[in-house]
Amino acid sequence: MSHLFPKSANKLPLQIIIYLCVIGVVATAGITYYMTPKYTRVGYAPVQPVPYSHALHAGQLGLDCRYCHSNIEASGLANLPTAQTCMNCHNQIKTASPLLAVVRRSYATGQPVPWVQVHRLPDFVYFNHSIHVARGVGCVECHGHINQMETVTHDQPLTMAFCLDCHRDPAPRLRPRAEVTNLDWRAPSAAAQDAMGRKFVHDWNVNPPQSCSGCHR
Amino acid sequence: MRTVYLVTAFVLVLGISVLGFRGKVFTHTPMDVFPDLLFPGMKVQPKFRAQGTSSFFADGRIDRMPPAGTVPASGPLKDDDALYLGKAADGSWIRVFPASVTVNRRLLERGRERYGIYCAPCHGGLGDGNGVTKRYGMGATPSYHDERLRQMSEGQIFDTITHGKAPAYNMNPYADKLTPEDRWAVVAYVRALQKTQTGTLDEVPAKNRPELGLK
Ligand code: HEC
Ligand code: HEC
Ligand code: HEC
Ligand code: HEC
Ligand code: HEC
Ligand code: HEC
Repeated sequence: MSHLFPKSANKLPLQIIIYLCVIGVVATAGITYYMTPKYTRVGYAPVQPVPYSHALHAGQLGLDCRYCHSNIEASGLANLPTAQTCMNCHNQIKTASPLLAVVRRSYATGQPVPWVQVHRLPDFVYFNHSIHVARGVGCVECHGHINQMETVTHDQPLTMAFCLDCHRDPAPRLRPRAEVTNLDWRAPSAAAQDAMGRKFVHDWNVNPPQSCSGCHR
Repeated sequence: MRTVYLVTAFVLVLGISVLGFRGKVFTHTPMDVFPDLLFPGMKVQPKFRAQGTSSFFADGRIDRMPPAGTVPASGPLKDDDALYLGKAADGSWIRVFPASVTVNRRLLERGRERYGIYCAPCHGGLGDGNGVTKRYGMGATPSYHDERLRQMSEGQIFDTITHGKAPAYNMNPYADKLTPEDRWAVVAYVRALQKTQTGTLDEVPAKNRPELGLK
């Protein structure tokens, strides 16, 4: 018998247990790192039918977000612009550009430009842009620095934890209403932000929903 | 045992080098850890979301246009020609603001904000037509400080915003972005901009002169 099992085999069960523990730790770490929205969603930047650049239009030209996403203050849904919105300028600027052929065709025929949606919550979540805009939550909180992006990139995880982080304590992330679409705005100091945030929470009676039915209705 | 750990470490390094780190920019559809096919849930519900697509309609759009000749059942009836068209009863452009619009500070502030969003890119913050787009080829944008535009009636400015400038449509309509009330607010602000060039000292009430640094 001693020929079949060397003495070192006595340690084998322990070694296997230790190894399984190591694998368990690695797998847990891997799943938390790679299978959560911070990895699966953040960084998503689909190829759009028109290489439209927010860095050029919103950043360099300084167009306000509402020039294109014009319903954002009135409606729960942030609309994408119509082809006519693009043609306001592109009927005179870069009229022959091949990059804009899809927009021109859409303007002429009424067929929508097939933009690819970047941010999407599951259908069981209720989300509303206008309330956030009206309460001074800047676009930058949930979409990142769009005005520096050549292609829109998913910047924040938009998970339930992300929403609740703010809903539990919105004060440090509120800004004056006039600065909501100004993505580069920052309070002059942390103390100023704190004082201002508390004031807004009090004045506007800000009380974001934390109960399940607020977002799952 | 050593080899087992070495192989594990190798697989780990291999995995990390294939998967990369968080924040990597990618173009493929995001991975769904619990795909609806395997775990039927309510993530994708059989309902229409605004601006979506549907194969039900020939043009693929979920958002439908109202059929020609219909009047929406909700909202105002739009029978106030002054407010909705900028026209008087006899069909001429009105030279005053409609009765339902009160010109006050609030309207002007609203007008300034809307003007800054929707007009300033072309007409410029001063209304001189030198918005940011001029440099890129929007040469046609006029200055509000032309005599012709100073004489233009309120109704006509309102109509330009509502229907654009026919026949060339170098300026497109902005009716989809501005409600009639907002359009009047913008008209009021355009008038205020024009006043900045034509106003005289006599028009400033005596009590407000110190605010301008005058006696
Ligand atoms: C000139 C028009 C224009 C302006 C101005 C503009 N956008 Fe956009 N935006 C678009 C278009 C067109 C798309 C769809 C194509 C794309 O995703 O790149 C879009 C897409 C987006 C998306 C992604 C939508 C999705 O599919 O999830 C976000 C977020 C967004 N814009 C935010 C902003 C913010 C914030 C600003 C202001 C800094 C802004 N936009 C200004 C035209 C505009
Ligand atoms: C306020 C005016 C304005 C609006 C509105 C506007 N653009 Fe532009 N766009 C410009 C200017 C200015 C340029 C830069 C032209 C240049 O570089 O000479 C440009 C450039 C572009 C280019 C690059 C063209 C090329 O050949 O290099 C694309 C693509 C484009 N825009 C797409 C869009 C789309 C899509 C929309 C509608 C969502 C839109 N633009 C709305 C002003 C505008
Ligand atoms: C509180 C977080 C939050 C803020 C603040 C916010 N957004 Fe969004 N935005 C979202 C979420 C979540 C979605 C995805 C909604 C969905 O699934 O329909 C979204 C979607 C969008 C879309 C795409 C809509 C579509 O159907 O494709 C646009 C455009 C957009 N946002 C623009 C803006 C702009 C412009 C602002 C600033 C005025 C802004 N957002 C502020 C969270 C936010
Ligand atoms: C940066 C802060 C912030 C983030 C992030 C945020 N919210 Fe909010 N949310 C607010 C504030 C502020 C209000 C306004 C509460 C009030 O007025 O009482 C609000 C209100 C709401 C409401 C109530 C609207 C109504 O009509 O009652 C819903 C629903 C909501 N948020 C959903 C979400 C979801 C879903 C997300 C994540 C995608 C999210 N929020 C992320 C700050 C935030
Ligand atoms: C601030 C808004 C908000 C509130 C409040 C909220 N949720 Fe959520 N919830 C979300 C969002 C957003 C998601 C989608 C997250 C994602 O797609 O990663 C979600 C996802 C979920 C999911 C995951 C479903 C799945 O199939 O992945 C469950 C379960 C859930 N919520 C339960 C709850 C319960 C229970 C409560 C009350 C204690 C609650 N939620 C309160 C915003 C909210
Ligand atoms: C995309 C650029 C652009 C924007 C934005 C724009 N305009 Fe214009 N506007 C023009 C151009 C170009 C003309 C010259 C049209 C022509 O003469 O054919 C014009 C002409 C006008 C005129 C004179 C019409 C006439 O009969 O001569 C008025 C008044 C006017 N615009 C008001 C506005 C107002 C108010 C807004 C904001 C709601 C606005 N515009 C936004 C480009 C623009």
